[in-house]
Amino acid sequence: MDTTHVSVWREEAHVRKVLAMDETKTGRIVKVAGPVVVAEGMTGARMYDVVRVGNLNLIGEIVELRGDLASIQVYEETTGMGPGEPVTDTEAPLSVELGPGLIESIYDGIQRPLPLLADTEGEFMSRGSVMPGLNREKKWHFKPTIADGTKVSHGDIIGEVQENTQIVHKIMVPSGVSGNVQNIAEGDYTVDQTIALCAAEDGTESNLKLMQEWPVRNARQIRSRLTPNRVLVTGQRVIDSFFPVTKGGTACIPGPFGSGKTVVQHQLAKWVDADIVVYVGCGERGNEMTDVLMEFPKLKDPRSGEPLMKRSVLIANTSNMPVAAREASVYTGITIAEYFRDMGYIVALMADSTSRWAEAMREISTRLEEMPAEEGYPAYLAARIAAFYERAGRVQCAGNPEREAALSIIGAVSPPGGDLSDSVVQATLHVVKVFWSLEGTLAYQRHFPAISWLTSYSFYKDSLRDCFEDKDQGREMEKLTVNAMGLLEQEAELLEIVRLVGAEALSPTDRLALETARSIREDFLHQNAFHEVDTHTSMAKQYEMLKTILHFHKQALSAIEAGVETTEIFKLAVREEIARAKYIPQADITKIAKIRETIEEQMKQLRTSAVA
Amino acid sequence: MLSIKEYQTVATIAGPLMLVEMVDEAKYGHIVDIELGDGSIRHGQILQVEKDKVLLQVFEGTRGIDVKRSTVRFLAKPLELAVSPEILGRVFTGLGEPKDGGPAIIPEKRLDINSRPINPYARDYPNEFIQTGISSIDGLNPLVRGQKLPIFSGAGLPHDQITAQLARQATVLGKAEEFAVVFAAMGITFEAAQFFIDDLHQTGAIERAVMFVNLANDPAIERIATPRFALTAAEYLAFELDMHVLVILNDMTNYCEALREISAARKEVPGRRGYPGYLYTDLATVYERSGRIKGKKGSITTVPVLTMPEDDKTHPVPDLTGYITEGQIILSRPLHRKAISPPVDVLPSLSRLKDKGIGEGKTREDHADLYNQLYAAYARGKEAQELATIMGEAALSEEDKKYMTFADKFEAEYVSQDYYENRPVEATLDLGWQLLSMFDNVELKRIDIKLIEKYMPKFRKANSEQD
Repeated sequence: MDTTHVSVWREEAHVRKVLAMDETKTGRIVKVAGPVVVAEGMTGARMYDVVRVGNLNLIGEIVELRGDLASIQVYEETTGMGPGEPVTDTEAPLSVELGPGLIESIYDGIQRPLPLLADTEGEFMSRGSVMPGLNREKKWHFKPTIADGTKVSHGDIIGEVQENTQIVHKIMVPSGVSGNVQNIAEGDYTVDQTIALCAAEDGTESNLKLMQEWPVRNARQIRSRLTPNRVLVTGQRVIDSFFPVTKGGTACIPGPFGSGKTVVQHQLAKWVDADIVVYVGCGERGNEMTDVLMEFPKLKDPRSGEPLMKRSVLIANTSNMPVAAREASVYTGITIAEYFRDMGYIVALMADSTSRWAEAMREISTRLEEMPAEEGYPAYLAARIAAFYERAGRVQCAGNPEREAALSIIGAVSPPGGDLSDSVVQATLHVVKVFWSLEGTLAYQRHFPAISWLTSYSFYKDSLRDCFEDKDQGREMEKLTVNAMGLLEQEAELLEIVRLVGAEALSPTDRLALETARSIREDFLHQNAFHEVDTHTSMAKQYEMLKTILHFHKQALSAIEAGVETTEIFKLAVREEIARAKYIPQADITKIAKIRETIEEQMKQLRTSAVA
Repeated sequence: MLSIKEYQTVATIAGPLMLVEMVDEAKYGHIVDIELGDGSIRHGQILQVEKDKVLLQVFEGTRGIDVKRSTVRFLAKPLELAVSPEILGRVFTGLGEPKDGGPAIIPEKRLDINSRPINPYARDYPNEFIQTGISSIDGLNPLVRGQKLPIFSGAGLPHDQITAQLARQATVLGKAEEFAVVFAAMGITFEAAQFFIDDLHQTGAIERAVMFVNLANDPAIERIATPRFALTAAEYLAFELDMHVLVILNDMTNYCEALREISAARKEVPGRRGYPGYLYTDLATVYERSGRIKGKKGSITTVPVLTMPEDDKTHPVPDLTGYITEGQIILSRPLHRKAISPPVDVLPSLSRLKDKGIGEGKTREDHADLYNQLYAAYARGKEAQELATIMGEAALSEEDKKYMTFADKFEAEYVSQDYYENRPVEATLDLGWQLLSMFDNVELKRIDIKLIEKYMPKFRKANSEQD
């Protein structure tokens, strides 16, 4: 979308809002079928306008227009609603409020703050509640970074608010506004107070506030797209070392239920080295959201030592909350993520699960009686999914000062029966660059994260070497991962042979390959998310661990050549040390290098006794 | 209160659906009474309103209803359950009417059976371990208060015995608190329902139970409402009377089939296997009603039972259930054939909330490491068993043989137990150590070495004394 178009949209919305003061457009309900309501007398309403429906004033969005009939998807339960009740057009698309106060918030799918709803309306969600996304009473201390008279336009940073100890909230000029800044002053403001005036050349004046709005279904503007080139370090060994995702990259995690999608998503939300994390719980379990809500304030960010909550925005639209709001939740999340990206931050968005989002689309589509494509999903499913993932990327932000930022999207997919030929999986695989395939068989063995090393892939593997300050180490890490992957592939082949003719038929080197591959799987790839040390592994430690395992392999190979029995090698005491290396805290990682010395000593003993 | 309007304008009757015309003031989701020509009354619910046309689903089925002589009464309210503390010990029909010959409930209040979703922020995390006395659940897939943990069963597998055992034995350690059992029967046989009721009678738990019974020969469409009645009763008991409620929904497959019947009659675009596309959302509105709420004493723990057609876990009903519930207990036919009871298929079974409910101060510090190790060893043993069936035991390495022996012992001693054996969690954990004592420390990679040193020696010693 180009700039002119958006400013036209804003002006029009403004004009229409003025008009709306005089005559509010009101129609009447003629049909109610689940979450879809049809209203008549809606001439002049536009697609995706937000409407208030019925006597209960429920929030809805227009998804189809036919003459003066408008089909509306309603974001709340429609029980008790019938023909004749009023429908009011708000004349604006579904938008979110962006400004100080977003961080540490917990919203439902249409940006209503859940803690406030719980306080005012009780433990159960009631209907028709209106609650602004940002607190209107709280005052924020605003510090300008530009002087009066500065010429600004869309995206320019005019000042800052220290939102919490960790996040500096940059205040930007909203879309469609440009001109000279006047009366800008440091001080304490609420989000909707005027902090400065902006006088355009044609003499019109706009008020600049801490807060702005943005329609969720439109991508926010940027100056230009760049290719993602830095790894988003997650602290998860199988991901960082073998299938890395980048800052600005996209990844998907499909897998059957019970394969650990949500745990992986939670781990990423906890440990990624992003400045801001937006977590969208889209149609998932209530108790899991509660887990996030309770853990994030307690867990410390390994980099800043501050609670993780201080960099997070959570969106929780659980599976039993209205289906249309679920459809919107993903857009609400990505718009908030884009807003922080526009400030120049590295942002990561986790969406769990995009299948539920797609199902919400299907449900609405069915009620609209649209012609279905595969499995009842609407024909535009793939286009919507692609457009969503394309909102990720490393970018040059719009406005001054010049800044670079990135937004990564990591989407979980829940295919029926774990079947990867599912439409949502296939549409997702077309657009994402990283594929973490979760396998039920691994999960049954309690090998977590259950990411299959044989079928997963990443297009960003080349970025891995730049994770290390020492270039040589980076190149070595690259070689190590290639070697390790080679062994794992060899293992898969050898296991086929074992299945046919038995383990006895294997040569000693093959047997060693099997053992080393097992060691890579159990001692490196397997990672316990609930162990205080093992839950997060730095790149440096990953390097040391992998190097040690492969060092054992190399040493064992030469021992076999010297005539040592494989059974002797497998019995070495040092193998237990290798297995327990994952529990060595970050502060003591030099101990892992010491294990390599022990390996050499013990191998030497074996060799000498073999010669004797 | 709105005046109740009556209409004799039935236009169409097809399958379980009825279309009534020239209606004003009909509201989506509200209920109706249908008076037949012979004076008998049936119940229905509004599925769709379009102008003056109203589409109804008839819970008791449409057999015998005619177009001319039927009167439809619009009651202007959603389906409601009359609740009071008196509901304990009572048996209701699938539509919430007394079935035990007892008096009608004098309602303290009437609750909409659709309830409203719990605000995720108001939820409290389930973290209280429930001891079921069943090792394969307590040791490996621990159940916690507020969890929803389904049993994936198949025709001919003993899920009824397991649910009865759960209802009999489930307790929270070291606490004596008010508990209740809510049982919803959907399309199960008289025998299955009676088995459960008799069992409750024997233990005296019937006094603290509420039952909603829709048997196999009761109207199928009624089943759509049955679990909602049960959960409404559960919410009342848990969140207003501070009780810990165990809800058993048996059998959800029948519920989904009733839903499919309605969907097909409405000519909706079907999803997989003819089930409606909104099956996930619909099931979520049932299952997600379990949980705990901050500041409330009670809790709702749900154990839905479903029979997988052809034991197929990827069938839409178990599949979508698994995506909503916090784990699953899967029953295995091969184990059942081996006379292992309860035949819990340990590897694909899972309890997602276990990590918060176990450990020091809850069960024991070694619990988590122990089950990880048991799983890993059993998985490897099963692999070896498979290998042995292909190539014969002789082709296995010594190690594989050891794991195979472990797998056999694990099934026979750990998984298998009597339906009336209530094994304390300590005993379950010790049994795990006992079984693992056949391995060297280096093999026990999943257990912290400190825990091995603390717990293992006495079992090792016992072993060596035996030798």
